[in-house]
Amino acid sequence: MSQKLLLKNIGVEGIKTFEVFKKYGGYSAVDKALKMSSDEILEEVKASGLKGRGGAGFPTGMKWSFLAKPEGVPRYLVVNADESEPGTFKDRYLMEYIPHILIEGIIISSYCLGANTSYIYIRGEYSWIPDILEHAIQEAKANGYLGKNIKNSGYDLEIYIQRGAGAYVCGEETALLESLEGRRGNPRLKPPFPAVKGLYQCPTVVNNVETISNIGAIINLTGAEYAKLGTGKSLGTKLISACGNINKPGVYEIDFNLSVEEFIYSEEYCGGIPNGKKLKACIPGGASVPILPAKLLLKTANGDTRYMNYESLADGGFISGTAMGSGGFIVLDEDQCVVRHTMTLARFFNHESCGQCTPCREGTGWMYRILKKIEEGRGTTEDIDLLWDIQTKIEGNTICPLGDAASWPVAAAIRHFRDEFEWHINNPECLIKNYGISNYEYV
Amino acid sequence: MDANGVNSNSNVLFSTEALEKVNKIIAQYPEGKQKSALIPILHLAQKEFGGWLDVPVMDYIATLLHISSIEVYEVATFYTMFNMQPVGKYVLEVCRTGPCMLKGSDQIIDYIKEKLQINEGETTQDGLFTLKPAECLGACGYAPMMQIGKFYHEHLTKEKVDEIIELCKEAKITVQ
Ligand SMILES: Cc1cc2nc3c(=O)[nH]c(=O)nc-3n(C[C@H](O)[C@H](O)[C@H](O)COP(=O)(O)O)c2cc1C
Ligand code: SF4
Ligand code: FES
Repeated sequence: MSQKLLLKNIGVEGIKTFEVFKKYGGYSAVDKALKMSSDEILEEVKASGLKGRGGAGFPTGMKWSFLAKPEGVPRYLVVNADESEPGTFKDRYLMEYIPHILIEGIIISSYCLGANTSYIYIRGEYSWIPDILEHAIQEAKANGYLGKNIKNSGYDLEIYIQRGAGAYVCGEETALLESLEGRRGNPRLKPPFPAVKGLYQCPTVVNNVETISNIGAIINLTGAEYAKLGTGKSLGTKLISACGNINKPGVYEIDFNLSVEEFIYSEEYCGGIPNGKKLKACIPGGASVPILPAKLLLKTANGDTRYMNYESLADGGFISGTAMGSGGFIVLDEDQCVVRHTMTLARFFNHESCGQCTPCREGTGWMYRILKKIEEGRGTTEDIDLLWDIQTKIEGNTICPLGDAASWPVAAAIRHFRDEFEWHINNPECLIKNYGISNYEYV
Repeated sequence: MDANGVNSNSNVLFSTEALEKVNKIIAQYPEGKQKSALIPILHLAQKEFGGWLDVPVMDYIATLLHISSIEVYEVATFYTMFNMQPVGKYVLEVCRTGPCMLKGSDQIIDYIKEKLQINEGETTQDGLFTLKPAECLGACGYAPMMQIGKFYHEHLTKEKVDEIIELCKEAKITVQ
């Protein structure tokens, strides 16, 4: 059994309430942090090696150290709770079942950053969760942990919740800031980065819910102790939201030394594939990371065991590897059709493109329509090459990474399952019987 | 139209209760940044004024926030949760993205279409139901799923869909 930091007390009755959360050690990290200086906290976060859990994996301590601190200008911490990457539902789990872990993290982080206002930007569809968070905020306030002069430290902080309204792109940090300012979610050109000009043109840090929820544990344990958990550059623990064709979908806190095989098949985690079916493929880090066929998922191209951590999942680059992403783990069994699955993802990205950049706005639509054509049995072999060509022209040519995120799943599907695309074109009746496990040998 | 481009001849008004909420929302943002309140207020308006955003409603919000109407329209039309046309009393938003598809969301959508005799985006004649396909709603592990109003309905089966539709017909379902 690995060590749990975030979900350790998830099963405790009443852990949603301030009282029980505190009884189990909650808010002790705030008490400790308020006695430390801002620089001391920053050093702990740097030493912990924590990487952003929103998808890009950028080191949190380094991000915080970039924050500009001009005199007399307010600074903001904005928590990214937009969680819209298909396959990802871990932040929802934290906010819904253990909201105080986030509030505690926000207080420490804002104190370290010198922010007196923090916004939680939550996806609009999670419409019952703001009530839970609001309740937690009020409880923290009633107990002197929010508002003016927190615990007699002289430090003031208010946390507000802002709901989005259905736009995946608002998870991209600059689109999120635009949305928070009451505009369309069009990502901004960078630089300037939010650390210099963010919300209302003021220095701003944007961090994911899970990232901020780790801060309490880092302060309690110390950065150095936290960094002893995990392996290589994958430190601490990670929440994985597992879904698709597995026996036990749900949110798991994993230790980075866990193998992918154990994660899928052991009873402690996914519990294997239902109905004795075989594993066909998996997207381990949310819809935008490359899909891998079973053999490349469980073992790297060199034949080494693949582990659930940043380095191992990325082993082989995008040719034979994938990425940790947001931790949205999507499993496909032998009955699933990769073409249809990829088509739904292409439709998703097309629907979510903000429309600012031509390659993304037009290209995502082309990819979706070509995939639909192939899926419906009207495709030709040239369509596969055309798809490949389009995705190469989107990637790297757009303002925000949504364009890349739309290209990668299509590229990986063709790279590893080209035989299935071809079979589809020659066997339009596939809606009744699927291709099954890919025969394509990776070389 | 007045100088701000606002149609001031509308008779749309928030209730006193809703206006209190509006002021509370505006107070969350720094002085002069009241435009930040736009999306939360559009949510409130959609709830108060029949589930969709009519032009007079958007113009009214523009006056409340001292911004021009176009600033409201461009935001309202960007976000999928805002309905620009009338919808049924219950909007069934069924997720159809990859992870839900793997667990049979296509069959659930087909079943609803057949049962209610409507296509995607349509409303039943009695004005009760609208079917609105949705993209990933962050419930992939509890698929297939749909959202009705404020809440999610997860692990859907045909039987569960039957039950939910009955509850809606009897107005026994919580949506707010
Ligand atoms: C299209 C797109 C969608 C994104 N969606 C999210 C999201 O839902 N949640 C999130 O935390 N980060 C998301 N990100 C990443 C954010 O831009 C940003 O990197 C992250 O919030 C930083 O927090 P972290 O360093 O704590 O991970 C998204 C990025 C892109 C390009
Ligand atoms: S890449 Fe797509 S989503 Fe991102 S800014 Fe360009 S058009 Fe918008
Ligand atoms: S794919 Fe349906 S909720 Fe995520």
